[in-house]
Amino acid sequence: MLRDITLGQYYPADSVIHKLDPRVKLFGTLIYIISLFCFRGAAAFATVTLFLIAVIWTSKVPFKFMVKGLKAIMILMLITAAFNLFMTPGETLVSFWIFKITKEGVVNAALMAVRLTYLILGTSIMTLTTTPNQLTDGLEKALMPLSKIGIPVHAIAMMMSIALRFIPILIEETDKIMKAQMARGADFESGNLLKKVKSMIPLLVPLFVSAFRRADDLAMAMEARCYHGGGGRTKMKPLRYEGRDRAAYLMIILYFAAVLLCRAYLNWP
Amino acid sequence: MSIILDKVNYVYSEETAYRIQALRDVNLEIRDGQFIGVIGHTGSGKSTLIQHLNGLMKATSGTIYFNGQDIYADDFDLRKLRSRVGLVFQYPEHQLFETTIFDDVCFGPKNQGLSKEEAGLRAFEALRSVGMPEELYYQSPFDLSGGQKRRVAIAGVLAMKPEVLILDEPTAGLDPAGRDEILDLVARMHKERGITVILVSHSMEDVAKYVERIIVMNQGAVMFDDTPREVFRHYKELESVGLAAPQVTYLMHELKERGLLVNTEATTVEEARQSLMEALAGIDAGHTDIHV
Repeated sequence: MLRDITLGQYYPADSVIHKLDPRVKLFGTLIYIISLFCFRGAAAFATVTLFLIAVIWTSKVPFKFMVKGLKAIMILMLITAAFNLFMTPGETLVSFWIFKITKEGVVNAALMAVRLTYLILGTSIMTLTTTPNQLTDGLEKALMPLSKIGIPVHAIAMMMSIALRFIPILIEETDKIMKAQMARGADFESGNLLKKVKSMIPLLVPLFVSAFRRADDLAMAMEARCYHGGGGRTKMKPLRYEGRDRAAYLMIILYFAAVLLCRAYLNWP
Repeated sequence: MSIILDKVNYVYSEETAYRIQALRDVNLEIRDGQFIGVIGHTGSGKSTLIQHLNGLMKATSGTIYFNGQDIYADDFDLRKLRSRVGLVFQYPEHQLFETTIFDDVCFGPKNQGLSKEEAGLRAFEALRSVGMPEELYYQSPFDLSGGQKRRVAIAGVLAMKPEVLILDEPTAGLDPAGRDEILDLVARMHKERGITVILVSHSMEDVAKYVERIIVMNQGAVMFDDTPREVFRHYKELESVGLAAPQVTYLMHELKERGLLVNTEATTVEEARQSLMEALAGIDAGHTDIHV
């Protein structure tokens, strides 16, 4: 039932993208997101699209798998598109009652939908090709300088990796409890909103109880293995940059420069 | 009246890298009033199989008939099926949620559309049949011990008065006394109410003592489906798939190899004892000579 959530799920495959240092992927994703929200004009749009297609193709993750993540944000996308459609001032195309659709509105709505789609596709490449552990490892190392000014980077990274680790477990648990209650005749689908919210109680109470139980167990297990925070901890697989990582950095920077150049000089229409 | 599975297949996460075929061409007939054991190694598909029996999972291909009706037909009411085929999950105590034990057991009957009084009556009956002391009825289920919680959870399913009761590893994590208590309870339900019981387990010992038919699952397929006696005859094959026959089977085979005329088909400790006594009586009478 809930097994089909893809957003933030690792897809094992043997590709260059999978092998990249997680810091490169984090940096690349950040640059990609910035580029998404500052590109203007057909040339820049083409550059972004080409870059996205190239990365998807190299990652060897089936495209179908990525599109599944889009379904989750469909409603958000529709709302954003609707707001853009009706709220943008400009040259009126159609108007009825208090609503009017402007030419600029149509353009903005389409652009926003494209941007959100690209955003999800792009970021899901990162999560599909990087295990949560690699991701937090990369984040921890990249943010390490911040620990000099008193930010507990290790603790934050540890919390993140635990949280990420527990998502699939809790999903599975939800699925199990849901089925157990359905076996006792519970109905999670029909009825009005109030009834639906009420029908969630038999699901949420056991879920919270089990989450607390798991947290207790985990804390105990960590303590039993002498976990005492980040100080002096070494890694079995420390992160080191290799040739392909440097090449990837170069490509990301070139890509960003291309988008900015297109924005500055080729910004028609 | 029966449940019939016809060529049921189930595939997890189809078309992804995580594809797993959990059931392969499963054909079964579960007749009324039987006491059946489903045995298999972890990941053999036994939990998946039983979730098909009450329609919680939908087969990727194949059909399931409940009393002759196709349960995947559009006009078939799956919720009704679930109250007739009661399923007790593994660690059922994790599904308790109400403020009192009594209310929790009422949850199932209320979902069946019974009035508050009727549901209460059912809950009372069910709690009594699992042997819960009355003074605990209005306490929080979270204050109980593990074994008690499990009995309350089982009562929650019994209160729906199912015709078929399926229990997925009902003894997991219990001590020997708790295990016997639960299994005896289930055996009593079978005897007194005449309901069909399907007991899922990976312990042959548990199952051999109670059931009349054993279904052995291996890698999603039915490997054996017969009486315990017949199934344990294949104890060497069972070993090859990571299962074991009851310990008495081994003991009896070894004793026979060493020359004691015992019945190797004894499946329970009681039968073994009897056969052993007879064989020993035979020695006294001077019929055999034994090299131990």
